[in-house]
Amino acid sequence: MTHEGIPQPLAELLDEFSFLERGERVDYLIEYADQFEPVPERVAVRPFPEERRVKRCESQAYVWAEDTDNGAQKYWFAVENPQGISAMSFCAILDDTISGASLDEVLRIPGDVVFDIYGREVSMGKGEGLLGILTSVQAFAREAAGREGA
Amino acid sequence: MSDIASRGYSNPDVLVSTDWVADNLDAAGIRIVESNEDQLLYPAGHIPGAVQVDWAADLNDQLRRDYLNREGFEALMSRSGIAQDTTVIFYGDRNNWWACYAYWVFQLFGHSNAKVMDGGRQKWEQEGRDLVREVPTYDATDYSAPERNDAPVRAFREDVLAHLDAGGQLVDVRSPQEYSGERLHMPDFPNEGALRGGHIPTARSIPWARAANPEDGTFKTAAELQEIYLNEQGLSPDGDTIAYCRIGERSSHTWFVLTHLLGFGNVRNYDGSWTEWGNLVNVPIEK
Repeated sequence: MTHEGIPQPLAELLDEFSFLERGERVDYLIEYADQFEPVPERVAVRPFPEERRVKRCESQAYVWAEDTDNGAQKYWFAVENPQGISAMSFCAILDDTISGASLDEVLRIPGDVVFDIYGREVSMGKGEGLLGILTSVQAFAREAAGREGA
Repeated sequence: MSDIASRGYSNPDVLVSTDWVADNLDAAGIRIVESNEDQLLYPAGHIPGAVQVDWAADLNDQLRRDYLNREGFEALMSRSGIAQDTTVIFYGDRNNWWACYAYWVFQLFGHSNAKVMDGGRQKWEQEGRDLVREVPTYDATDYSAPERNDAPVRAFREDVLAHLDAGGQLVDVRSPQEYSGERLHMPDFPNEGALRGGHIPTARSIPWARAANPEDGTFKTAAELQEIYLNEQGLSPDGDTIAYCRIGERSSHTWFVLTHLLGFGNVRNYDGSWTEWGNLVNVPIEK
């Protein structure tokens, strides 16, 4: 599958993942989850507002976006369920690979990156939550793109 | 949460506490098995000595929509260091949802020497107990399983149709939105899709997680469960019962509750569930 037009670091990660065995992929994802840094207090403090909460994500994920100088955004995340390790890994990946990318590129990320990263065997409930995280990020990007266009 | 023995379950021996597991980590004749929805949890940290059974890779046939066969189960037991007389202790994420699913699949092969750790991963973690990343290895066992026997605990579509004709009890354990047909599935999940929404006629809507305490993942007491399944929903422990969900995993949790905690005499899990029923031609559906 080609991933034209999406943020380059994410395209590279997907490319790399396509060559990994399942066990290697799991190790990689756990490394990301270990690196996950939740939203700093400067940006948000608990209790987090409901409107930042990702719908249908059972790991209680939250998403924030800050505009950056180059017209892009920095994304912040929180995952309140300590067992939400897939959600943590996905948030860490998104922060690592799409924070700072152009809004157009962020909006071009297809939902099936969830399968590319987590495999086809990801359960529907889990996939739904992960996709919800991406959808929330893209909602911020869409809003910012609308502001720019106005 | 109260002591398991004091909660009034019909078969309290089927549960063990986190304390019990912590005290028996090195006991002979015990194998702790983790089974999760989230495939990253076990490798990121598990109870010392626990092995993993993965619902997709280990319990499902990789070609047909079915469970593993006798040879597959024997191989899984052998590499997990489980002998026929080993007591298997299941635990996992999400209120032991997948642990109950694995427990149920083990019953297809008659491995009744099995228990579930009450509260699962959630309670173990909340109590600050040890989790390790080291994956243990055990000497392979020589496990001789009987042929898989589906009939006692598993229902196929023909069984559900006959059950409907006979006026049997049905429990739909999906979300209220799935039960009503308002919500089908995500478009991005073709594998779990259904063409029609709704539920099997006469099924009672009892979402599976109502059986668990959300704060620590433990099972509710027998009295609390009776209030839900018997008093509120009118199910009888004496009636034949079939539970279903979307692919048969959530309903294995309810199967466990009805069979072991409430002592229902005949409960089967319809693992075809809505992904089969909602795609079948000319079967009755209610909305």
